[in-house]
Amino acid sequence: MGYVWDFFAVARNADILLAGLGQTLLLSVCGIAVGVAIGGVLAAMRLSGRRTLSWPALAFTEFYRNTPPLVHFFWFFYGLPMAFGLTLPPFAAALAALGVQSAAFFAEVFRGGILSVETGQWEAGRALGMGRVRLMRRIILPQAARRMAAPFVERSFELVKTTTLAAALAFHETIYSAMVIVTQTYRPLEVYTVVAGLFFVVLFSASQIAEWLEARGRRAGAR
Amino acid sequence: MPTITMPELQFGEVFANIDLLLEACGLTLALWAVALAAGLSGGLLVGLARLSPRRWIAWPARGYVELFRNTPVLVQLIWFYYALPVVSGIQLPAFAAAALALSLNASAYCAEIYRGGIQSVAAGQWEAGRALGMGRLRLLRRIILPLAVRRMVPAFTNRAVELAKNTSVASIITVHELMYTARLFSSQNYIPMETFTVVAMIYFLLIYPFTLASYALERHFAAGRA
Amino acid sequence: MTVAGDVVLQVEDLHKSFGSTEVLKGIDLSVRRGERIAILGSSGSGKSTLLRCMNVLEMPTRGRLILDGEAVGKPAAGGATRYREAELNRLRARVGMVFQQFNLFPHMTALENVMEGPLSVLGRPKAEARRTAQRHLERVGLGGKADAHPARLSGGQQQRVAIARALAMDPEVLLFDEPTSSLDPELVGEVLGVINDLSEDGRTMLLVTHELGFAYHFATRILFLHEGRILEDGPPEQVLKSPREERTRRFLDRFTAFRF
Repeated sequence: MGYVWDFFAVARNADILLAGLGQTLLLSVCGIAVGVAIGGVLAAMRLSGRRTLSWPALAFTEFYRNTPPLVHFFWFFYGLPMAFGLTLPPFAAALAALGVQSAAFFAEVFRGGILSVETGQWEAGRALGMGRVRLMRRIILPQAARRMAAPFVERSFELVKTTTLAAALAFHETIYSAMVIVTQTYRPLEVYTVVAGLFFVVLFSASQIAEWLEARGRRAGAR
Repeated sequence: MPTITMPELQFGEVFANIDLLLEACGLTLALWAVALAAGLSGGLLVGLARLSPRRWIAWPARGYVELFRNTPVLVQLIWFYYALPVVSGIQLPAFAAAALALSLNASAYCAEIYRGGIQSVAAGQWEAGRALGMGRLRLLRRIILPLAVRRMVPAFTNRAVELAKNTSVASIITVHELMYTARLFSSQNYIPMETFTVVAMIYFLLIYPFTLASYALERHFAAGRA
Repeated sequence: MTVAGDVVLQVEDLHKSFGSTEVLKGIDLSVRRGERIAILGSSGSGKSTLLRCMNVLEMPTRGRLILDGEAVGKPAAGGATRYREAELNRLRARVGMVFQQFNLFPHMTALENVMEGPLSVLGRPKAEARRTAQRHLERVGLGGKADAHPARLSGGQQQRVAIARALAMDPEVLLFDEPTSSLDPELVGEVLGVINDLSEDGRTMLLVTHELGFAYHFATRILFLHEGRILEDGPPEQVLKSPREERTRRFLDRFTAFRF
């Protein structure tokens, strides 16, 4: 095979790629924040024991968990604004889509963690005369948080990967930046290989750290 | 300050052309079916390889699984469509590139499900099988996999759902499946809100039965254990 | 010795159904201050449900509770009672509970478990809560285990911490729901010993148990429940040695064949 690899083409444009990576991280962090906020509300609604609250929350989470995120990116970027005669910047549209979509998953993480705490713990708290809020804060959440940690990290990684779809809205995240470099250098192999490598290094090392922390947390919990 | 106009929704327009969208579901379903079949079969091989006591088999398998699980599916699709031809000299059609990437992606995830399921079977079952003089393969086929399957089936259904959602990403490398057709349709008719809402509903109707099935299976297996 | 104090907790016409099965079919009971009541009955007789209704961990279908002369909750349709959350919390703070499964908080040490109620429900200062918690742990013989997490304690030790946790609220009535049923046989004695020691305080206690011998010595009064009704109610001597009902006799025979 006569192909000559030229990674300098990528190196020369490293600044564009790194700027893109920065935007990916920014979108990820903001997405997690919005997703956690909305997801918390959804989980609380589902656990409220009132149908007027739990059913809408159930419908919402089921809908967003069972439809492709890309549809929601387009819906928030083209659909919603155009219907109202507005325009949304790509970042805002991507953040809205990402936040709403991941909220459905975060809600399940929270709900699952809380439901995994044994009923005996609720009863013991109630038997001491604790109110709902205090019981939640002092007894249930500290135990649920440990069990939520692993699925929470997993969902957050999924979210980071999902941010790449914002490239389809011409948002200058990592992949869009890569595409820009490709049009300038005609080196798709090198550029996309480096991009894959970047994501791999970031996500794999983060997951190793998370695993290590989790194992440490388990040991501390067993004490 | 932009003036906000109340939307006049034209869902009639979308439904008048619904056959266009429904036809596009064909490619979505084809992509889904190919990748799922490949994932279930390829995943078994990779999953077994990861469990091999021989490092030269187990480590490459782990590398493959980690690589595909720790990179975005969009990157994988783009790489197989735009980058692979450069090194292989063969330009795959968009559908083939998407099918290949999604299959490899699904195999990596399914491999982990197989591995987890097999490892969840108690050591006593392996010993009991060996005590009967069963070889590794027969033991796996007759004892271990049937036991592991109840843990794996809900996970596979879940994976099928994720995979179905991933097929929409193929629209970005110009596979003319449902999402691609929707974008085309919405830009031609200037009714993106209506189009994407209807398309989301179509995806939901395609995917949700699988989710319901996974709930039912989980309940079924949970009841069986009690 | 029978202590004849005033009525501290009264149960009136208590019914409880789960779906279409009626577990409690009208219980009337006056608990006097200082009484130690053992509740006996075969499984399914409703004895645990009765206990759990007395601090409304189980919501009664009908009937009402009167604590210190004050009715808890407001009457609602069909003889039921509606409870406001704040009111329930006050009731539960005054009626302690020890569970069959201990239900210690696994993320807290033994001391923190005992401190939790006084600290977060009664609003006691931390130093004071810590002092009284330490005292209660010593009372149940676990002064040296204050910093241990529940996972590090034996079942018997966990249950003793749970008793200390309930005592720390200084409840007017203390409920024990089969406190030794999930313990290994060799650990039962230490827990019963602790419960027996509490008798000297003159605290009002209700105990659901299968330990007939212990009930005989510990209780001032014994109830025998059968199919959701109180079949016998009297001093241990009478209920255990000369029961009025044939049902009670048959129940006791199953135990006495081996025990006495």
